[in-house]
Amino acid sequence: MDAKIPAGPLAEKWASYKAHAKLVNPANRKKMDIIVVGTGLAGASCAASLAEMGYQVKSFCFQDTPRRAHSVAAQGGVNACKNYRNDGDSIYRMFYDTIKGGDFRAREANVYRLAECSQQLIDQAVAQGVPFAREYGGYLNNRSFGGVQVSRTFYARGQTGQQLLLGAYQALMRQEAAGKVQLFTRHEMLDLVLIDGKAKGIITRDLQTGAIERHGAHVVVLATGGYGKMYYLSTLAMGCNASAIWRAHKKGACMASPSWVQFHPTSLPQSGEHQSKLTLMSESLRNDGRIWVPAKQADERAPNDIPEAERDYYLERRYPSFGNLAPRDIASRAAKERIDAGFGAGVMKNAVYLDFSKAISEQGQNKIAEKYGNLFTMYQRITGINAYRQPMLISPSAHFSMGGLWVDYELMTTIPGLFALGEANFADHGANRLGANSLLQASVDGYFIAPYTIPNYLAGELQGGKTDTDHPAFEAAEKAVRQQLQQFLQSKGQLPADHFHKTLGKILYDYCGLSRNRAGLEKAIREIKALKEQFYHELCITGNERINTELEKAGRVADYFEMGELLCHDALTREESCGAHFREEHQTPEGEALRDDENFCFVSVWEWNKGEPVLHKEELVFENVKLSVRSYK
Amino acid sequence: MKLTLHIWRQEQGASTGAMHTYALTDIPEDMSFLEMLDLLNEQLMKQGERVIEFDSDCREGICGQCGMMINGRAHGPLKHTTTCQLYMRSFKDGDTIYAEPFRAAAFPVVCDLKIDRSAFDRIIGAGGYVSVSTGQAPEANSIPYAHETAEAAFDAAACIGCGACVATCKNSSAALFTGAKITHMALLPQGQTETAARTQKMVAQMHKEHFGHCTNTEACEVECPQQISVLHIARMNYEYNKASLLHK
Repeated sequence: MDAKIPAGPLAEKWASYKAHAKLVNPANRKKMDIIVVGTGLAGASCAASLAEMGYQVKSFCFQDTPRRAHSVAAQGGVNACKNYRNDGDSIYRMFYDTIKGGDFRAREANVYRLAECSQQLIDQAVAQGVPFAREYGGYLNNRSFGGVQVSRTFYARGQTGQQLLLGAYQALMRQEAAGKVQLFTRHEMLDLVLIDGKAKGIITRDLQTGAIERHGAHVVVLATGGYGKMYYLSTLAMGCNASAIWRAHKKGACMASPSWVQFHPTSLPQSGEHQSKLTLMSESLRNDGRIWVPAKQADERAPNDIPEAERDYYLERRYPSFGNLAPRDIASRAAKERIDAGFGAGVMKNAVYLDFSKAISEQGQNKIAEKYGNLFTMYQRITGINAYRQPMLISPSAHFSMGGLWVDYELMTTIPGLFALGEANFADHGANRLGANSLLQASVDGYFIAPYTIPNYLAGELQGGKTDTDHPAFEAAEKAVRQQLQQFLQSKGQLPADHFHKTLGKILYDYCGLSRNRAGLEKAIREIKALKEQFYHELCITGNERINTELEKAGRVADYFEMGELLCHDALTREESCGAHFREEHQTPEGEALRDDENFCFVSVWEWNKGEPVLHKEELVFENVKLSVRSYK
Repeated sequence: MKLTLHIWRQEQGASTGAMHTYALTDIPEDMSFLEMLDLLNEQLMKQGERVIEFDSDCREGICGQCGMMINGRAHGPLKHTTTCQLYMRSFKDGDTIYAEPFRAAAFPVVCDLKIDRSAFDRIIGAGGYVSVSTGQAPEANSIPYAHETAEAAFDAAACIGCGACVATCKNSSAALFTGAKITHMALLPQGQTETAARTQKMVAQMHKEHFGHCTNTEACEVECPQQISVLHIARMNYEYNKASLLHK
C-alpha cells in the first residue's frame, strides 16, 4: 500500500505538501459539490471550512440536529503542544508520545502532522469562543493526561468535546445560513455510489419520511465516527454505527486493522441485563483519583471500611513512574487482570475503585468540584452514590476505534474521491490512542488537512461537470438499498434487532475484547456466522417503511455481523500483542504485551471479497524514532 | 416494580394523536427510564405492534437529543436532569406515569414522542457564532481574559439544546436558550465585536419561529439539565435594548 507520504525530512513533509498541493480557482469552487457524512468534530469542521472556501457542501447526519454528534460526549480535553507550561513540550515530544502510546503501529508522517497542527487548533477554537479553562492571570490552563509526562491538555471543565463541537457546529450553521451548506438531518447514508471507480455520491434514507434519496457530488467525505457500539455495551451513543464505513468497504474501500479497539478504563460497570450503555467517566479523573482494589479476594467490606494497608493500588505498584496515569490499554488490562483474579469490587465484582479521598483532603472538596463537578453529579444520578464520600466504581468499556477505513497521507481511501476523517479512519493512533488525542485528530482532519487535500483531488476533476444521479450506478445502488429494507420489513421472526446486537456484543467482549487468543477468536467467528444466519430468519420488525427505529437498527446490526467477523479475523492473523490488541499467546512472563516488530511492523489492510477478506500490508517505516519496548514502569 | 404507563401515540405530524395505556411488571430500580421504554418496545414487538418512537442518543445527559414530558414535567420529576439520566428509583411500585412529547408551536411532533427542534438550529444560524473562518485565528494566548469570565461564559455555553426550557414554559419561550448563547458570546472578547447585530438577529429569528415571550416565571431554570441561569435572559434583554438604542 502506498500512503503517498511526501519526501523530505519529517518536520518538513506537511509544509512541503502544502506548498505543492494543487488549488482550485475560486470561480470553479462554487461549481464543485462536496458531500460530508457526519457532523461531529471532523465532519462539521470539514464541511464548514470547505464552505468558507466557496465549495457547495451537503452535510448529512442521522441525529435531529448536527450538534448531537457523539464528539459532544468527550469529556476530558484536547491535546496541543503549545508548551505554555514550559515543561519541555514540543512538536517532536508530542509526536513521540503519540507514536509510543500507539505502540509503534502508527504512521510517522501522519502523527507528526497531527502534533504540528495541534497548536493551530487551540487558536482556532479560542477564536470561535470555546471557553477553555483559564488561570487567574487570564492565560489558558492545562492539565495532564494518561501516557505523557507534560501538561498539554486544554479543557473546558468536563465538557471539552461539547464545547469544541459547538464551535464547529456554529461555524457550520453560519455557512448553512449563508446558503453554502445544505443540511440533511435525520438522514442515514445507506450506500456509496461509484462511477468509473470514483466516489460520486451516496444513497440516503430520510429517517423521518422513509424516502430513499440520491445525492451526487465530486467528492464524498465520511466522518462517521467509530464502531465501538458493535460491542453493544460501550461508551458510545445509541445511534453510533459502522454502516457508512462498512458499506463503503463493500464498495472497495479497504479497512485497516479493525481489531484495534480501545477499552476505556474508567467507565461505569455493568449492573444488569437491561443496560443499554456504559457511561464514561473522564480519564481526567485519574489526575486526582487513585485506583485500587481490596488486597484480599472477594472482600465484602464497604470501601471506606478497608484500611489503607489492605488496599492494592495496583497501577502505582506495577507502573511506579506513570502510576494512575498509565495509558488506557495498560490501565484497562490491569483492571481486567485484577477483576478476573477475583479482586473485583461492587455487587457483581466486576469493578475497581477510583478514590478521591486523598485529593479532597489535599485540595479541598471545592477544588475537586470545580474540576469534575459534573462528573460527580452524573455518577450520583446513575448509581445513587456520592463520590465525594466514597470511591467510584469503574470498569473498562469498549470505547474508541483506532482501526477504520485505510487512508493515505491525504486522508483518501482506496476509492478515489472518497475521504475518511476523524475516528472513521485509522491513521494516527496506531494500536492505542492517548487520551485527549481524539478530539484533536477529528478537528485537525477537518479544519486543517481536508481543506488542502480535497482541493488537491478536485483540481483534477474540473472537467467532469455535475454528477448525474440518473446514472445506472445510482439506480443499481438505490435498488439494492430498497431490496434490503424490504427484506427486513418482511422478516417474520420473533427476536428484535437489539437481541442480536446484545448477543454479538457479548461474543466480542468474551473473545475479541481486552484479551484474545486463537481458540477464542476462531470460536467467535463460528458463533458470529451462526448468529448472522439466525438473524436473517428470526428477526422481528414491526411498523412500516416510514419512521421506524427498528428498521434503522436492523441495517446497522446486519453490518456489525460482517464487520465483527473481520475484527476477529484481523485479531486472529496478528500474532503479536500491541497496544489494545493483546494476544494471550504473546506476553512476557510478567504479563506485559509482547510485540513482534520483525514480523508485524505493518498495518493490516483488508479488502472486501464477499466475506473472504484479502490482506494487504502497509509496512510501517520508522526513520525518526527507535522502536523500543513500551514501558511505563 | 409494577407500573401503568400512559403514552402519547401519534402516527405523524399531520395525524391525530391520543394517549395509550400499557402495563409493565418487574421493573428494577436501577433501570433507566429510557431502558424501561426499550423494554416496553420489546414487548410491543412481540405483539406485532409498532414501537413507541422516541429520541435518545448519548444516554449520558450531554447530547440533548432525548426529552419528553413525564407526569407533566419536562425530563421528569428530578430537577436539572435529562430524561436519559432519570432512573426508575425515582418512581415507586404501583405508580402511573404519563409520557408526552415536548409541546410547543415551534416544536412540531414528528411521531409519538419525537419532535422537530430545528428552530433552535435556525436561531444559532441567525447569529450564534463568532464570524471567524478557519485560518484567521490569532495565537490563543494573545487575548487573555479572566478565569471568572471563562467560567461564566462556560456556564452559559453549557446548554445542550434539549428544549426543556421551551417545553416547560407556559409561553413556549426560547428566551433561556437564546439568552444563554448571547451571553456566552457577549462575555468573551472574541464574541464582543458582533454582540449588537447578533442579539438583534437571534431575537428576530426566535420570534419568527413562533416561540412565545418570556414573562419571568423562571420555570425554565428549574428544569434545565445544565442549570442555565435566568440571569442570561436579563442579559439578553439588556443587550437587545442597548442594540436597539445605539445601533439602529
